[in-house]
Formats: sequence, C-alpha cells, structure tokens
Amino acid sequence: MKVVIMGCGRVGAQLASLLDADGHQVTVLDKNDYSFRRLPPTFNGTALLGNGIDQEVLKKAGIEEADAFFVLTEGDNRNVMAAQIAKHIFNVPRVICRIYDPLRQELYQTLGLEAISPTTVFAQLLKERLES
Amino acid sequence: MYIIVVGVGRLGYYLTKALLDEGHEVLAIEKDATICEAVTDELGSVCIRGDGCETATLNEVGTGRADMLIAVTGDDEDNLVACQVAKHKFNVPFTIARIRNPQNETIFKKLGIDATVSSTNIILEYIEQEVPTHPLMHLLTIRDKGMEIVEVKIPPESTTVGKPVKELSLPPESKLSLIIRKHQKPLIPRANTILQAEDQIIAVTTPESEDELKAALRGA
Repeated sequence: MKVVIMGCGRVGAQLASLLDADGHQVTVLDKNDYSFRRLPPTFNGTALLGNGIDQEVLKKAGIEEADAFFVLTEGDNRNVMAAQIAKHIFNVPRVICRIYDPLRQELYQTLGLEAISPTTVFAQLLKERLES
Repeated sequence: MYIIVVGVGRLGYYLTKALLDEGHEVLAIEKDATICEAVTDELGSVCIRGDGCETATLNEVGTGRADMLIAVTGDDEDNLVACQVAKHKFNVPFTIARIRNPQNETIFKKLGIDATVSSTNIILEYIEQEVPTHPLMHLLTIRDKGMEIVEVKIPPESTTVGKPVKELSLPPESKLSLIIRKHQKPLIPRANTILQAEDQIIAVTTPESEDELKAALRGA
C-alpha cells in the first residue's frame, strides 16, 4: 500500500518504521527536518519537508495515489484541516487522524472523519488497569 | 446582530471596534490574556480569554444564539476549525474565515465555510484592475453559483480580430454578455458579431474554464 504520514513525531516515526518494515511504500511529511532523526537508519521510505495543510505539499507527497493517510502532528486543528483536504479534495480511501481534544474528536467523528483521541483512549486504559 | 469574533490581532481589534460602532452586539475571543485586558480597557467588556476552537469556550459565550462567527486568527487551520465547530455544533447561520493561503478559498468553501477573506487575493484583484495589460479581469464572483463575471480585452494582434462570435471555440460554461467598443454603445454579442481590436468583452464563466475562455477570445 502507498501510505502518507503527516507529522514525524514519536508516533509518526514509529508508525512509519512499522509500515516500512511490512513492505509498504511510506512517505513521511514534517515541517521540521530535525524530526526525521526519529526515523530508523533502516527506513526505506521517503522523508519530505513541508506543511501538510498546503495542498501542493500533499500532492508532492503523493496524496493523489495514496491508499491511506495518517495525520499525526501536535496541532489538532492542523490535523483536522489536513485530514479533511485528503478526504474531501483528494478522495484518499482511508484517512485516520489524531485529535487530542475529546470534544473536537467527537464532533469530527460525527462529521465523518476517522478520528482518534489519545486523551480519551489513554484515560480509559488507565481506568481499566486500575479496575482489573 | 450577535457577532462573535475569534482572534484579536490588529485585524480582529479594528473589526470588533467597527462592528460595535455599527451597533452590533459583539464578543471577541482571544487566547492571550494581555491582549484581552487591553481590549477590555479600551472597548469595555467585549473580550473573553479562551480558545475559539473549543466547544467549551464557544458554549460559554452563547454561540448558540450567534448570527455570525468571524474567525480572523493568523492561522488558516484555526480559522477553519472555529468556523466548523460554530456551524456544526452551534448551528451558527453564517461563518467567515480569514485565509492566508489563497488556495484555501475553494477548500474552505467545500468544507462548508460560508465566506472566506484573503488579503492576498484582494491585493491581487486590485493589481489586475490597475494594470491594463492584464488579459482577464475578475469583475464579480457569484459565489453560491460557482460563476464569475470577467472582462477580456482583445489586443490588435489577436488572431480572433475579424472573426464572428460563432467561430470562436468558447468553453460550454462560458457566455459572452456584452461588448464594449470605443465611441459606441455597448452591444450584445450575437453569432454574427465580428470581433474588433480593443474590444472589451464582458463574459460569465466558471473559474475552471477561465483560461479556456481567454484563449478562445484572444486566439493564439
């Protein structure tokens, strides 16, 4: 599969290396090239410098042929905007985005985005740990 | 009208002030506490501190009864989200977003924002109108129909000079509405109307077929 990942933080880099190891064609996008240090030396994919809320940058990252797009920057609003561009402008078949704010995650989920709030997920996990 | 302004930079400040002067009920939302205090000192209690993209903040300021929300922070993504939350969570009837990247105009429209304002585009439009050599000028945008009214000038060296309108290969979405000629009354183009050098042609078109229209009217 062709996969584009926006945001090369800890999660983005980890996901990129997992998918790359599985043989997928991965492009990682970040607006700071210092972030690419997190990619392992074995990484075979592409690291591209640029801001993913710009559709020209997304095109350069190969969004038009992508089978999946993960949006994992630190900014909720940036993630929401990039995810919507990928889904509604470039019709990427699978778009998954991170939204820290649980309320915004809920709203965009109802608007049709596949959104995950790590805040909600992790809090739930901790609660379950305590109860088990 | 009850209007909410998100982001009090210089633009947000003067906008809030102008809207208050016009007698509207205005509330500004700003993240920065110092700016918030300064606005409150100068304009009265019309500014609250908070994140205009957060449901909690918007709830606090009674966004549910707002007639309009205008997002004028410096970041396009923040303006998009503020407008979308207002629209989908609070059913605000009209939302306006400021944009920095002119390309976001079509994206935001597709994502449900009612209007966008781009200073880049406004300046470009002025330049177009001031520079007479510009081949195609935007006169008016009919936003909800996706149409626009443009003016195309026919230069003397154009290969279409002397040709009747029916021989032009106009894109199907475009219609010629009027020809303005020196020392003549404006005339409505018919199939047999012959194009002349220096004609100013007013046409209705779509943004997508603009280039095709320009090529059809001005020739090679």
